[in-house]
Amino acid sequence: MSRPEMAAPGAEKAATGDLRRQRRWALWSAYACLGLFCVFFLAPPIYALVTSLKTSQEIAALEGNPWLVRDPTLANYAALLGSSTFLRFFWNSAKVAVIVVAVTMVIATLAAFSLARMRFFGSTALATGVFLTYLIPETLLFIPLFQIFTWLRDLTGIEFINRWWILCIVYPTLTVPFCTWILIGYFSSIPKELDEAAIVDGASTLQLLLKVFLPVALPGLIAATIFAFTVSWAQFLYPLAFTTSLDQLVLPVGIVTNLIKGDVFNWGQIMAGALLTAAPPVLLYAFLMDYYIAGLTAGATKG
Amino acid sequence: MAQAAAIGGALEERGASRGGGLARRRARIAFLLCLPLIVLVLALVIYPAFYSLHLATLNKSMTRFVGLANFAFLFKRETFWMVVEQSVIFAVGAVVFKALIGFVLAHLVHRLPQRGQRAWRGMLLVPWVIPPAMSTLVWWWMYEPSYSALNWLLAGMGFAPVAWLGDPYWARFAVILVNVWYGAPFFMIMYLAALKSVPAELYESAEIDGANAWQKLIYVTLPMLRNIIAITVLFSLIVTFANFDIVRILTAGGPRDMTHVFATWAFKLGIESNDIPLGACVSLFMFPILGFAAVFILRDVHRRSRELAGVAA
Repeated sequence: MSRPEMAAPGAEKAATGDLRRQRRWALWSAYACLGLFCVFFLAPPIYALVTSLKTSQEIAALEGNPWLVRDPTLANYAALLGSSTFLRFFWNSAKVAVIVVAVTMVIATLAAFSLARMRFFGSTALATGVFLTYLIPETLLFIPLFQIFTWLRDLTGIEFINRWWILCIVYPTLTVPFCTWILIGYFSSIPKELDEAAIVDGASTLQLLLKVFLPVALPGLIAATIFAFTVSWAQFLYPLAFTTSLDQLVLPVGIVTNLIKGDVFNWGQIMAGALLTAAPPVLLYAFLMDYYIAGLTAGATKG
Repeated sequence: MAQAAAIGGALEERGASRGGGLARRRARIAFLLCLPLIVLVLALVIYPAFYSLHLATLNKSMTRFVGLANFAFLFKRETFWMVVEQSVIFAVGAVVFKALIGFVLAHLVHRLPQRGQRAWRGMLLVPWVIPPAMSTLVWWWMYEPSYSALNWLLAGMGFAPVAWLGDPYWARFAVILVNVWYGAPFFMIMYLAALKSVPAELYESAEIDGANAWQKLIYVTLPMLRNIIAITVLFSLIVTFANFDIVRILTAGGPRDMTHVFATWAFKLGIESNDIPLGACVSLFMFPILGFAAVFILRDVHRRSRELAGVAA
């Protein structure tokens, strides 16, 4: 840890020039330290990029620096984007994400509006329960859920397992509790004068929600949307447990199970696939970083 | 928060003044708005959680009630105790390093000039944004023994190559390293937000009292950040304890089952070996830590949610 001023206690008594030099030194050592951490944090994505630009021959050749690329090629990306299975994975992921975000936002907004402003028997316990639900990990639920869906199939004759839309049913358990929680926070911070004015003007409950709460809490809605999208895009356990056929897979599972076949590792394509999968959330983050971080810190959450 | 309480009260009074009927109607609307949430949580979280308790008491073909026989069977298996050990090592080890690195990073970023902070923060949060399954794939490739990018770096520094995923103990280290890489940025963001909320006057008066940087850290920063540190560590402990993606992709539990954690072992038994009751049994071992955490979190959250729900406490 770089805390250079610790080395010289009582520096405040020293001459101001000394102090300034010390401050500057502290700043530079902070930069150096951060730079090292950045290298650690960014090395994997950079290495993935480097590998994705290599030909299989270059990857297989063991001499030279693996972190550099000699003959950059886009062949890996072209192969993936021209492959119908990869596009199928992408399309499945996109469908699931859009549906899950829509379902999540409707359920969470209605519940948060009610819990932030209205009151009914058990509403306080429900607000607490929502938060606790968020802490129940999916690794605890995938086995009973699997069994429940098998049981439902025997009961109704509808096949649930190995259908992409099953994910639209289970993902909201991961997204809704947290989104409700942060929206409760945003809604509660809206001044009561706004509702009162709307009620005096004769607004109904629905109008109050649509015309007052949603526009005012827009940052919260954006943060919740980003959260729901990122979670459903990245989820790995549920699709791995519940879907197996090529045409039903979503991106993360598709890449892990399908691009890795037996002993033949096409690392260039795997890395290109990983980067293409990471692209949507990373782009979203790049453009909406402040909302992203607001969402993260608003709920005091998972890590 | 007090405002929320006030408006809740105001609406309530307004309803009451026009007679109980309207108040009841409002409560009914409020309940209906929450209904989708309640149905979702009951059907897909609470019910499965209890259902797994029931599943854990059945035999493999799920035709017969066997009581606690599955648990007795687990306790006799050496692998089970290895999984317990590794889950604890994995969760505690990873959380400690995530919290430490996050704390150091937050301090470093916090002391930078304001306009530089955004860019650094943006870069440092990248690991958190990439879907973990994808970044774990990249780590797997970096750990790859024959083409290993990491071993190439080690060789450059004059070290012998390491069998990252082949040697059980290195493999344990490798999975923790990936989890730290992924989770440390989150801690940084939480602590950075908390650091910014510490009033500058506290540091100024500490400085006037002659406190050095270390003393300021111990007597001002840590007490002010105590709550956020406790809550992030607790949450992270739950999530890390239940982690699946990293171990599954990097080692799938190997070598010799030494890197299995509860989640990956439950998946292997329950889904891959088709022994759903045994898998349910294993995953149930994540309950104790949840219960433990819930007690602590409930105290804090219950207070917060009472305020948020607009109930005058």
